[in-house]
Amino acid sequence: MQPAQTKQFDHATLKNYLLDDAYDEMFAGPDELHPHYKPLFDRFSSLPIDELQRRKHSAELSFLNQGITFTVYGRDDGGKEHIFPYDLVPRIITAAEWATVERGLTQRVTALNMFLRDIYNEGRILKDGIVPREMVYSCKHFRRQMVGLQVPRNVYVAICGTDLIRMENGEFVVLEDNLRVPSGVSYMLANRRVMKRIFPQLFQSYNVRPIEQYTQLLLGTLRSLAPEGRPEPNIVLLSPGVFNSAYFEHAYLARQMGIELVEGRDLVTHDNIIYMRTTSGLRRVDVIYRRVDDDFIDPMAFRGDSILGVSGLFNAYRAGNVTLANAFGTGVADDKALYAYVPSIIKYYLSEEPVLQNVKTYILTEPKARQHVLQNLDKLVIKAVGESGGYGMLIGPHSSAAQREEFAHKIQADPRNYIAQPTISFSRAPCLIGDELEPRHVDLRPYILYGDKVAIVPGGLTRVALKRGSLVVNSSQGGGSKDTWVLSQ
Amino acid sequence: MLSRVADSLYWMSRSIERAEHTTRLLDVNLNLMLDESATNADRCWQRMLQALGNPEATKWTGDAYAMTESLTFDTENKASILSCIISARENSRHVREQISTEQWTRLNQLYLQVTRPDMRANLQDGAIMADSGQPTEFLQQVMEAVHQFQGVSDSTMSHGEGWQFIQIGRYIERASATALLLEAYHEDLWLHTDRIPEGNEYLEWMGLLRSATAFEAYCKVYTADITPDRILEFLLLDEEFPHSVRFSIDALQDAFESIHGDGNESRTEPLRRLVGRLQASLNYSSVDEILNGDVVAYLRSIQFQCRSIHNMIYQIYIDYSIQAALAG
Repeated sequence: MQPAQTKQFDHATLKNYLLDDAYDEMFAGPDELHPHYKPLFDRFSSLPIDELQRRKHSAELSFLNQGITFTVYGRDDGGKEHIFPYDLVPRIITAAEWATVERGLTQRVTALNMFLRDIYNEGRILKDGIVPREMVYSCKHFRRQMVGLQVPRNVYVAICGTDLIRMENGEFVVLEDNLRVPSGVSYMLANRRVMKRIFPQLFQSYNVRPIEQYTQLLLGTLRSLAPEGRPEPNIVLLSPGVFNSAYFEHAYLARQMGIELVEGRDLVTHDNIIYMRTTSGLRRVDVIYRRVDDDFIDPMAFRGDSILGVSGLFNAYRAGNVTLANAFGTGVADDKALYAYVPSIIKYYLSEEPVLQNVKTYILTEPKARQHVLQNLDKLVIKAVGESGGYGMLIGPHSSAAQREEFAHKIQADPRNYIAQPTISFSRAPCLIGDELEPRHVDLRPYILYGDKVAIVPGGLTRVALKRGSLVVNSSQGGGSKDTWVLSQ
Repeated sequence: MLSRVADSLYWMSRSIERAEHTTRLLDVNLNLMLDESATNADRCWQRMLQALGNPEATKWTGDAYAMTESLTFDTENKASILSCIISARENSRHVREQISTEQWTRLNQLYLQVTRPDMRANLQDGAIMADSGQPTEFLQQVMEAVHQFQGVSDSTMSHGEGWQFIQIGRYIERASATALLLEAYHEDLWLHTDRIPEGNEYLEWMGLLRSATAFEAYCKVYTADITPDRILEFLLLDEEFPHSVRFSIDALQDAFESIHGDGNESRTEPLRRLVGRLQASLNYSSVDEILNGDVVAYLRSIQFQCRSIHNMIYQIYIDYSIQAALAG
């Protein structure tokens, strides 16, 4: 389809708003708004550009003042704090769209937890040949230490961040599951807080469903997973420390929940019980919301060179004296190759059709698929299965011959380590770029909590690929974010 | 409160107090130097080094500006101003969430200022330095920044347990630094009590008082009539002057009382005994008794007791053994 200008909306800020075949969150067509964007569009059109800039500036200042910042190390600016790029134009999701997403995510997280319980215990799904055994055992996030271990309420993944994208036809599909230590939820909360301040009337007029209850729900989820016989559990957040780029989020969540923010060196193990070292003595720890990866969490059980972890933590966990959220070994279920089997996993455990579809994925250990992929590298996206954050990726249409050559070699050398997917032009939403509104690709990461029940705050983090034409939304690669409004009707 | 957090707050505060002390001694002695003869200058700078605990990396070579540079910027020297500020900032970064934004900003600005490359270059050129008054200006800025930091600490942070650990760090450092300072002056002031002051000596005595920001406060109590025994009395035993050893130990005691509350008595008993004993000695001694006895031994005993208190803080709050804690 030829890029068409949005002719009808003759507004200075829309000069460069070109539609292409990607779904546009605001425009249904060149002359047509999606109805739920009408009040927002009218409001933004009514404001002079310098007023928009003023509000944008005020929003940024607010992030800085709230300390919602990150520090880039290795940059010689004396530990200067930066804010994540924030876009002023909210992204709107209708009640009906959200109902589907919510149903789909609930179904998915339930099935994935059943899958994890199964593969670490009886392995029925492997015996029945639904998921190939070697696919599970060759995954580097599979933890044999977890085999046969009972986890409280059979909850492996208590906190999940699933990345959704919207296809050309407007349908939400799952791009990937983040089942280890998903981050970004503090931006979701902060974006909302700022948005309510700078567009109070617009916000009010929209009947947006609240998300502020997230930290309370998270605390409730963590509490519901406490070991038995600990009615007043001591819950802590375990952070790798100040040098971690997500440290502010750790501190923010701990403060909002009123729990202690600890590092590995604050915790000690004695007789398979975890204590934290306080000025008034040792205090027993019951639940650890850990933001440290498996590999680094216990130098005795996992990587011996880790200084972030707690020696003996895994044994205490095995003994059932402390709960970890998320459990060890959940990464096996968000492996990018295993992802291709999630629809079958849902059908197998729940006898339901998946509500949310997957993106078509080629498993490169299958010779026919590999052949096809190697011949079509320029049209496909290649991803390393164990990587995240937008690293280890080849985006075929934007790649050079040399890069494709390099990936072809990598795939042939280690086909299990890569998957391929078609290049999807996922949806675009209006963003304030300079003095104009321009479309940028966005995804959506809702946060799913799973304890005694499934809880999803309506919305999530909408991430924006701020570079024109870019499909990479990760904050480490020049992405930003915007507030996400789920309408109550 | 987490032990690690208490530890960082304690060291943040100690380091910043130490930075201020070094800065002030340099400032005072650079100023004194203008009036001293060369032989006296040797004595004066060596005494200052002694008052700083004779840092290993810095030796008196006869060049006051080289020594100033070393005590200011040499990171090999753990007592240098730069080392102390780096350490204070590093500790504060680890407890960024526990301190106020104002505290962090003030400390970070100071850090950025002293680590600017041109700062050191300016001080390295001794010739320019001697004439331009640059070191004094620089040292003044550091002292002001430290005072501001201590001010915002008192006025923007809740006076809860964390703040009490800041108090402890500040006053334990101050008490032992003042005792060490007095010890360094012993030979000149209290070894021969019958001495009549000459012009230079009067300047030196003023210098000692200034080294503890005590000159004006002293004059308010005793007038400008400066005598060695009164200096000792004031810097050691005055109840109201914030840099006196007695004031520091009283403040330490207040902080401990606030932290202990009515809690676990047996656990903190050894600490209360240590602090109480030192406090009683300072509260109930007279300067004449001290002068009639062994002054140096008395001053060393204070430093020794401060170290014991420090060790006991670690033993009780920070680095206790797990077994002991579980048994208790």
